[in-house]
This record gives sequence, C-alpha cells and structure tokens, in this order.
Amino acid sequence: MPHHDVLVIGAGLAGQRAALAAAEEGASVGIISKVHPVRSHSNAAQGGINAALDPQDSWESHAFDTVKGSDYLGDQDAIEIMCREAPNELLELEHLGVTFHRNEEGRLGKRAFGGASAARTYYVADITGQAILHVLYEQLMKFDDVYRYEEWFTTALVQDDEGRIAGATTRDIRDGSMELFSAKAVILATGGNGQIYDPTTNALICTGDGIAMAYRIGAPLMDMEMIQYHPTTLAGLGLLITEGARGEGAHLYNAEGERFMEKYAPNKMELASRDVVSRAEQTEIDEGRGFPDGTVALDITVVPRKRIHEALREIVNVGRDFAGVDITREPIHIKPGNHYVMGGVKTDIDGQTDIPGLYAAGECACVSVHGGNRLGANSLLDTLVFGRRSGEHAARAVKGMAVPEPSYAHLSDEERGIAAIVGRNSGPRRVSELKAELGRTMDKYVAVFRDEAGLREALETVRSLKEEAKDVSIDDKGSVFNQDVLGALELDFMLDNAEAIVMSAIERKESRGAQHRTDYPERNDDDWLKHITVSANGDEPEIAYSEVTMTKWEPQERTY
Amino acid sequence: MAQFQLKIRRFDPESAEPAYWADYDVDLPPERSVLDGILQVKDREDASIAIRCSCRAAICGSCGVRINGKSALACNTKMGDAAERARDGAITVEPMGNMPVLKDLVTDMEAVHWKKVRRVVPWLLPAEEPPEGQEYIVPAEAMLDVTQAMACIHCGVCVSACLSMEVDPDFIGPAALAKAYRFVGDPRDGEEEARLKDLAEDPHGIYDCTHCFACVEVCPKDVAPMNQIMRLRRRATGDFGIKDGNNGYGHEKAFVNIVERWGTNHEAQLLPRSFGDGSLVKGQLAPEGAKQLTRELPTAVRGLLSGKVTPRKALLHPKLPDQGQVRRIFKEIESKDERLELNLYIVGEMAGEETG
Repeated sequence: MPHHDVLVIGAGLAGQRAALAAAEEGASVGIISKVHPVRSHSNAAQGGINAALDPQDSWESHAFDTVKGSDYLGDQDAIEIMCREAPNELLELEHLGVTFHRNEEGRLGKRAFGGASAARTYYVADITGQAILHVLYEQLMKFDDVYRYEEWFTTALVQDDEGRIAGATTRDIRDGSMELFSAKAVILATGGNGQIYDPTTNALICTGDGIAMAYRIGAPLMDMEMIQYHPTTLAGLGLLITEGARGEGAHLYNAEGERFMEKYAPNKMELASRDVVSRAEQTEIDEGRGFPDGTVALDITVVPRKRIHEALREIVNVGRDFAGVDITREPIHIKPGNHYVMGGVKTDIDGQTDIPGLYAAGECACVSVHGGNRLGANSLLDTLVFGRRSGEHAARAVKGMAVPEPSYAHLSDEERGIAAIVGRNSGPRRVSELKAELGRTMDKYVAVFRDEAGLREALETVRSLKEEAKDVSIDDKGSVFNQDVLGALELDFMLDNAEAIVMSAIERKESRGAQHRTDYPERNDDDWLKHITVSANGDEPEIAYSEVTMTKWEPQERTY
Repeated sequence: MAQFQLKIRRFDPESAEPAYWADYDVDLPPERSVLDGILQVKDREDASIAIRCSCRAAICGSCGVRINGKSALACNTKMGDAAERARDGAITVEPMGNMPVLKDLVTDMEAVHWKKVRRVVPWLLPAEEPPEGQEYIVPAEAMLDVTQAMACIHCGVCVSACLSMEVDPDFIGPAALAKAYRFVGDPRDGEEEARLKDLAEDPHGIYDCTHCFACVEVCPKDVAPMNQIMRLRRRATGDFGIKDGNNGYGHEKAFVNIVERWGTNHEAQLLPRSFGDGSLVKGQLAPEGAKQLTRELPTAVRGLLSGKVTPRKALLHPKLPDQGQVRRIFKEIESKDERLELNLYIVGEMAGEETG
C-alpha cells in the first residue's frame, strides 16, 4: 500500500501548488491525476491572474470588486485573504520562472479585466494558465519526495473508523490494476464539473469527480446553484474566447449593429461582471436581436493587429481553426456558455472540509471567494492561494501523526463495483446517450435564466438518469486504457453534481449572481443573503444554510 | 452533414492479435474535427477505442496522432481537409511515431518524450537570489521571445514526425530542445553557457538535428522547434564559441565561410573545412582533423557514388553569378547589433501590416 503524508488528487494549478507547498514544508507528497498533469484544464485559463501589485492599486479595491462581483454572497474574510496574498503569490510564481508579460521598464505589465475597478490582471500572452501549470510541473520535478501517479483514476475516498480521512482507492489507467493509498491528509484539487452541461467551455475531463467523492462521504457542498455562463463562447462547440479580448477593447454588437451593453451597464460596458454581460446577451438573443444562429457578435477588429498577435494569439488560432473566422478582420459570433462552478466542497480559509483530514482547493472547493459570480482572472488566483494554504496547513497538521492503515475492504468493494460494471451484459442505453441527455437538460433549464417549472423538470430528468446509469452498457471488457468504464464512473460523479446543483437552484428563491430566477427576479437580502449547502443523507440529499461572513462591506445595489 | 470513412489503427495489448485497421462511418459537417469523428464512433458504435483527449481546442496536447500518415492533433484537423488528403477516400488515423503504442491511438509518451524533457534540466536555475518584494527586471522582448517555446503543449506531434529521432532514438529531439531554449533564452537563468555546452557536447544534442523542418511543419502551436534548436546553436557558437566534440562549431563556421565565398554550398569542401573551424588549410593540418577526415572517408565515398559530389564539382565549384548580392546579405546581417531572430510568435504572419 503506497503511503504519503499528503495525498493530492488532481494535478492542475491548485493540486500542484498544494503539492509544492506541502513538499516545501517537508511532507512526503503523492499526486494522483487521471491525466498527465500538463493536460489539466488549468491550461485553458487564458486571460491572467489578478493581483493589486501596483502601488496605485490596493488589495481593498480588489477585495471590494470581488465582493461586489460575487453579488455579496462571497465570504469576506476569505476574499480579504485572497486579495492580500495575491501580490506575493504572483511574485513567487515569477521567481519560479513564469514568463509574465513585461512593460517597457521590464517590470510586470498588466491588462484590464471585467468587473475590476483597476487594470490588475497579469498575464503570459493568452496562455497564462498553461505557463503557470508548466512551471509548477517543472518545480515539482526537483523534489525527491514528491511522487506523481500520472494517469491514475481515483474512485473513492477512504475514512478510518472515526471518520477521519485515511486515503483513497484508485485505478491505474495503464493496466487497470486497483490500489489502496494511505494518507494522513488528502487534498482534493479535481477541478470543475462543466461536462454536465452541453455545450461547455470545459474539457472532457471536467466531470466533478472530487466534488462527488467528497459529497459521498458526507462533506457538504456549498453554492452549487452558482454556475457561471461565460459571455463569449463559440456557438455549437462551446469553446472559450478569453475575456482578455474585451479587456483589450473588443466590443459586443447585436444583429442590428447596436452596441447593446450601453443599455445594461453604461459605465463598464463590455467589462461588467460576467453574469451581467451573459444576461444582457441572452436577453438580446431571446428578444430577437441576435443572429439566426442564436448568437451576438464580438468585434475584436478594433484592437490593433500587432497587439492581437502579441496578446490574443490563441484566440486568433481558435477563431481560424474552430470557427473559420479571422478575428483580426471580422467579428466572431459568440453566446453565453457554461464555464465555471462557483460552488463546490465547503471549506474554511485553510481548505479544510467538514471531514477531518480532507481538504479541497481550486474549482472543486467553495471557500467561498466567488459567491454568486466569479470575476475573470480570480480563478487562477483562487487555485494558487488556497492551493498553497491547503498544502501548508495539511503538511503542518500531520506532522508526528501515525501512518493510517485503511482497511483493504474498501479496495475490494471498489474492485467488485468495477468488475460488475465491466461484466455487465449490454444495458439498454450507452454512457454517451445519458451524458448527452444530461447536458441538454442542464443547458436548457439550469442556465442563464431559470424558473421553478424548468428546474423541477431538470430534477426529474437527473433522477431518472441516475436510475438508468445503474444499467448503462459497456463495450470495453479490457484492463488497459479502458476509457469506457471510466466514463461510466464519471457519469455517476456528474449525476451527483447535477442533482446538488438543481436542488440548490430550486431552493434559492431569488436572483443573485449567476442564479437568475424569472419567477423571483429580484435579489432578496432579507431572506437569501446566505449560502445553501447540500449534504448526502443516505439516498436523500439534505439542504441546509450557512452564514455569509461580512467584514467591511455592506450589501449595496449592484450596477456597472 | 457529410459522410466520411475513418480507418483507425487498432491494437489491443491484451489480445494475441497484432495491430489491424478497422473501418468506421462518420456523419459530421466537414469543418468538425477528426477528434469529433473518433468521438462519434466511440459514442455510437464502439466505446473501446482508446484515444487520449480532453480540451477539444488544441490547448491540452492530449490527442496527437497520425492522420493520413502526417503527425497532427486530431482536434484541430478538420474532417473535410483530412478527407481531401486521404489516399483512397478513407481518412487513416494511427498512433504517433517514435513512441511505443500502449493501446489503439495511445502511445507511451513517458518512455520517450518526458524522459527527454527531464534530460534538459527543465527548470529555471536563477543567476541570483530573487529580488526582495519585487519581480526580476528583464527586457519585455526577452519574455516575448521565450514565450514561443513556452507555448509548447507537449503534445509530442513533433517527436512523432522527427526524422532524426527515427535514425537516432537517443536524439534529445525537437520538443525537449525547444524546452531547453526556453531556459537558455530566459535572462533570469544563470546557466546559459553550461546548458549550451551540455547540449552541444551531447552526441544526441543540438547538432543531431538535420534541419529537415518536419517539426516546424507539424507543430500545432507554431513553436517551430527547429528554429529553437538553431537559436541554441547560434548562441553556442556565436555567443560562447563553444567548440564541441561533435564538431558542430566547425561545421557551422565552414558553412558560413563557404556560402560567403561561393554563394552556395560547396559540398566537397564542407567536410574538410568543418574540421578546421571553417578553414580548409587548418582542417587538413590539424591532427584531430586528419584523423576525423579519415574516419569520414566512407561519407565522401558515398557522396561520390551517389552523384551528390562529382570529381568535377569537387574541384571547380561555380560561384553564384551575382556575388554582390551575397556580399550585401552578409553585410546586412553583420551590421545589426541584435541577432535577427525570426519569431513568428510575436509578429504574426502579417507583421507590419497595421490597419487602424
């Protein structure tokens, strides 16, 4: 049985940052990832990372923008920590080797981003996430006591008899063998769950695995109704066009040639919060002022060509390769699309969940710094600051602790479960069919605009899919790279995520941040200035509430 | 919608069968990707086909394969384009080359690519302690310059296409050497010379590249790995005068001197001059040069037999007609303070063509 002081599950930015922090504290670290670490979806974070590094700027200003962006649902103590620690985190990454863009003086250069009162987004062209991810991967190679389990799939978390975390069960994708890991602490850094939506900007690997595994052992999930629709995604495939495009000055137009953001956010225009811009676009489209393909236009041609090539090059490629559009010469059609889950496993400011020894960081966690709506370029910051804090805290907390010896019964349970899936006679429906139905349902009913009837419809569909998933058909009977059986396991994870999202959305009877209820169109601070949590209680999910932490900023009306 | 035929190379390591071709029908608009085609087959027909894939947008680098024999990412190759280039109408998809196959389209990148990446000491070795409370101050152009190598997503497509690696499996290869340039070109790194020396001395290092452009042609991110290798060579020779055991230094000098004198390559003089750091006389007098020349005799004989070099050409290499042009090019380059670096990453293909 492999043992590590700290076991990190997921090797994107949060996971690798946590591993680096834990290793620097002297802990032995294992990192398990179902893909090679540099394939992680942190790669897709194009725009940059927010930090009030400029002496003209202040962490308080960054924090206020984040609180306001969250529609006052973010926990202000956590937001303060994130914004205070941002400049140091940024500098540390620079010292480790990230090739951040420089200005003419050779100092770090920055760009503007949505919902921010100052330009404070630091970047590497439009490959910021990739650049940081690769540097963290480089750094971890230097440690002898950091073990990477690349292409290992975690199937479940394991507790001891007292309920403390003790390890995890895994499958080595290369040969199909199962392994029980022992760990004094486990840090979940498994990312988001965008694959429950179709279309989505998220990669195929974003199936909410960690969120579901934590939920199954009793950890509460929080703010799950808060699903961000990004304002600029390609119709059909759902691929992302970075907010950096609008940060560099791009405009939005409806089919009538009107720069419609004037009506919705006269001050910030295209750089209002994402929920505001997405609702504006969807309103234009729903009211018949969009293009026939259900889109509006993003015009990047107003940005100088040289600047586009220097700062938005990836978007030139995406436009050319995936939409057949030269963005330096013509507008590109876009629409709001699923992008990010603000909610996740409820944690404190050190990443600790309600399960002793279990931590969560990054998109799978809910600290909550994003509340009802995340600002662009705050997600990289969240993964890094709370990844590091989780790693440090876990490594310190387990010093001197005895090595746990989880029971092999957990492993044989998982082995039996997987053998049953593989050995199943052909069921009536395929994994792909159930997944497609889930994606369509979520995008139809649990999107930019929601109402009770639609959400009930969605809940019914999710529950019937959960039943059908128990008997889904499997083609691949082999052990080596059996992606079919992993797909079935991921489908189960996704359905748990979806159920928690829909139940939370039904529960919140107001409009705040990404949750806009057409049947409750106003924000209602008297009744709903609180987090909604969902916990597994046997088969029946249980709803509860959690206070929003306020420090300096009283809720105000939110305009941009 | 359109109908396409996909011919996928299947291999199941758990069966006793060798690899085989399997045919599938795909129904997709022609602008959709080959990856979408493969996923459709998996979704509808056979979920046991193994292919790594994740982002669908040429960002994660998972889905490197060979399509109609050419190395590429499946997610940014369009079905319609692939069908046009397919030999008998069916688009062939097979695993990448130069790497062992684990199952179907999945190769063992750890055994080849990642091992080579680790070979180049792939992390920053700072020249000095980081400045307290602030960033390293470095020129903006230097950061943009290494961003081209930074843009590498480690998909392995260049490794798959590399002809040198086909001949010498130990060649460090295009991706890992591009990674090396990312540190060599980074002004914060303090080991530029040691890194260059290491990569020049290694018989499988920077002088093992044959300049065939295959990696430049297939790279989905315009990293142009071969250009990064050439930059490593220029820094090794021009900046540090590193005279390596592989004689890469002399070869480069010989090439430049010959072109300066004749305007084109004088094949018969290239080898002897290479051993004299560019000089024909020194090459034949140097004891090491003479020994090496004798060793290289079979190469010369092969050159003669194949007609690449004829006795006539060897003795009388014609000069290019307009020697003034050749001199102009050399003068132009030598007059620049900065090295002329072709970095498409910064300027784009339409550099300078600014339209308000």
